[in-house]
Amino acid sequence: MELLRFFTAGNVDDGKSTLIGRLLLDSGSISTDIIETVTRQSKATGEHATIDLALLTDGLRAEREQGITIDVAYKYFSTDRRKFIIADTPGHAQYTRNMFTGASTADMAIILVDARNGITEQTRRHTIISAVLGIPHILVCINKMDLVNYSEARYEAIKRDFSAVTAALSLNQVSFIPTSALSGENVVHPSTHMHWYTGQSLLSFLEQIPVQPIQSHDKARFQVQYVIRPQTTELHDYRGYAGTLWSGKLQVGDNVQVLPGGFSTRIQTIEHNLKTIESADAGQPVVIQLEDDIDISRGAWIAPVSELPVMSDFVQGTICWMDNKPFQTGGMKLLLQQGSFSTKAFIKEITYKIDIETFEKRPSDDELKLNELASVLIRTAEPVVFDNYKENRTTGAFILINEYTNQTVAAGVLEINLQH
Amino acid sequence: MSDYLSRLEAEAIHVLRETAGQFERPALLFSGGKDSICLVHLALKAFRPGKLPFPLVHIDTGHNFPEALQFRDQLAEKLGEQLIVRHVEDTLKRRGIPDAKGKFPSRNPLQTHTLLETIEEFGFDACIGGARRDEEKARAKERFFSVRDEFGQWDPKLQRPELWNIYNGKIHKGENVRVFPISNWTELDIWNYILRENIELTSIYFTHERTCVLTEHEQLMATNEFITLDEHDVIVNRLVRYRTVGDMTCTAAVESKANSVEDIIEELKNTTVSERGATRMDDRVSEAAMEDRKKGGYF
Repeated sequence: MELLRFFTAGNVDDGKSTLIGRLLLDSGSISTDIIETVTRQSKATGEHATIDLALLTDGLRAEREQGITIDVAYKYFSTDRRKFIIADTPGHAQYTRNMFTGASTADMAIILVDARNGITEQTRRHTIISAVLGIPHILVCINKMDLVNYSEARYEAIKRDFSAVTAALSLNQVSFIPTSALSGENVVHPSTHMHWYTGQSLLSFLEQIPVQPIQSHDKARFQVQYVIRPQTTELHDYRGYAGTLWSGKLQVGDNVQVLPGGFSTRIQTIEHNLKTIESADAGQPVVIQLEDDIDISRGAWIAPVSELPVMSDFVQGTICWMDNKPFQTGGMKLLLQQGSFSTKAFIKEITYKIDIETFEKRPSDDELKLNELASVLIRTAEPVVFDNYKENRTTGAFILINEYTNQTVAAGVLEINLQH
Repeated sequence: MSDYLSRLEAEAIHVLRETAGQFERPALLFSGGKDSICLVHLALKAFRPGKLPFPLVHIDTGHNFPEALQFRDQLAEKLGEQLIVRHVEDTLKRRGIPDAKGKFPSRNPLQTHTLLETIEEFGFDACIGGARRDEEKARAKERFFSVRDEFGQWDPKLQRPELWNIYNGKIHKGENVRVFPISNWTELDIWNYILRENIELTSIYFTHERTCVLTEHEQLMATNEFITLDEHDVIVNRLVRYRTVGDMTCTAAVESKANSVEDIIEELKNTTVSERGATRMDDRVSEAAMEDRKKGGYF
């Protein structure tokens, strides 16, 4: 059975949590004891005669009290066809970083639009973030159709407006579904009020869209996470490099280079699931032994000699600033972490800022505030081994950590900059 | 590799290896229950042929099922891995903390004290646990790497964003991290994995006859030395199994004839009650019972 991971984004009142609640409820994924608890809570708030679907996803006390989603909530359900992981992300502007988080591991985005309000600043922001993070597919749910008299004209107008937003972005695929989460129309069951819509309901869409788990090229990229050295009598010289093959394929005998060191050697053995195998596929956790005894530490990359990644101690990337404390050029000591690799770093220059509502480049004012996007030039102590994020979602992604507070202050995607 | 169990397995192994790579003194919390048994199985896949880079640690409340304890000891011995056991009883005596009271005296909240003491005693900087996000709605908000302050407290509003496959385990001295490699697994995923991997479990997960008291919520609690019976109690003999292995004082059995992993999977596909709803008394206290316990240092 396949797994599809998606995230949902939308305005505070677009009914995002309600939509997920509806999806879970109508697909029979909610246990009766939880329905009872939520029904009891819904009645206690007095605003809901039956069940407040949003309570199914809002897990923290403060969220229930304020009626908003603060943090990413993960929900799980499956049908006979597929298993799903949902990241329900907050809509408020001050939680954009949480949306970035939920989106980073998703195969697909669902963006909610309130049919009454149409495209808003937040719709634009969520779409831009999806584009920056290279989400393979975007589904726009035009929700609350019941409040616009199920108007086809309104639906078509919003579709047109959305296409105008995405014109400047390189989005892979965009689809649209008119829904009413509150009354459950086109979520699991088809709507009886929108005969003009002949497409799929949300659930059947989710069951059928092709899964593209890792958006990446087919060049082999393996990163060392941990060195296994049993040092027993039988396995005295055993030195296995444990890690995941993030893309491509590796075979015993392949000529590889270890980066950033630059040593060339060959793959001697590959182990997976405690068994020796001849070749490994993308996504598999493996243990690799190499023919030559070279010093390799955690974070090093192993790649085929014929298809090497880029290596540089000056990297250009698009980042989202995630810390409450703004970034100011000069001085801030950072760590750049890419998978299992980590090195000291600092932001040398904010090349330009990206307007999160228009996607236009703006001149830098040497400061980055929470939730702002910018293209930055980063200087690192050790060289970073990477690919363009657009071609490899794993080797091209990184976070920045404040060395004093240990907080993750930014997340970003790398691009190959030939100037350095 | 689009098969969902293989994707979940790969994610868990990645997180386990990150834990070993980033921390100096990690530990794996092992109770003998199905989730922690799966964790150990995943750890073997992550680190064999080497030894596990962490000990197995059990916080024994004194109210555990004897079958689970026996299984725990046998597994650790079979694998040749270090097992550390610390007892809630000892903490209560040493620190003069009053024991749990009532008809069903749950030491579940009290084990936080012993857990925090054990973390301090061994200087553990990361504790790997088998909690899953689908269990409970506060847990649905947990990170894979969940940073706790010097008091072991969780602050749900100040969690680090977790992106891609990148886990930030940087902490200050005195802080520690709770690591949840099977965050994205559901109860059914666990059972499908147990089936696929042919993982051995303790006997109480399968049907057996047990003498139980029927609680006010119609739950079946095995009669044992720790709970107090009175004349109004309805005592029944039923064919039951356990969906979770917690304390005998707060974990209810479910009626079941499931005798194999296949039977259990079939049973779960048809059940309408959640895992914790069916079995736990401790979550019924309030809507935010779990959130509050976690803020206090619980898992």
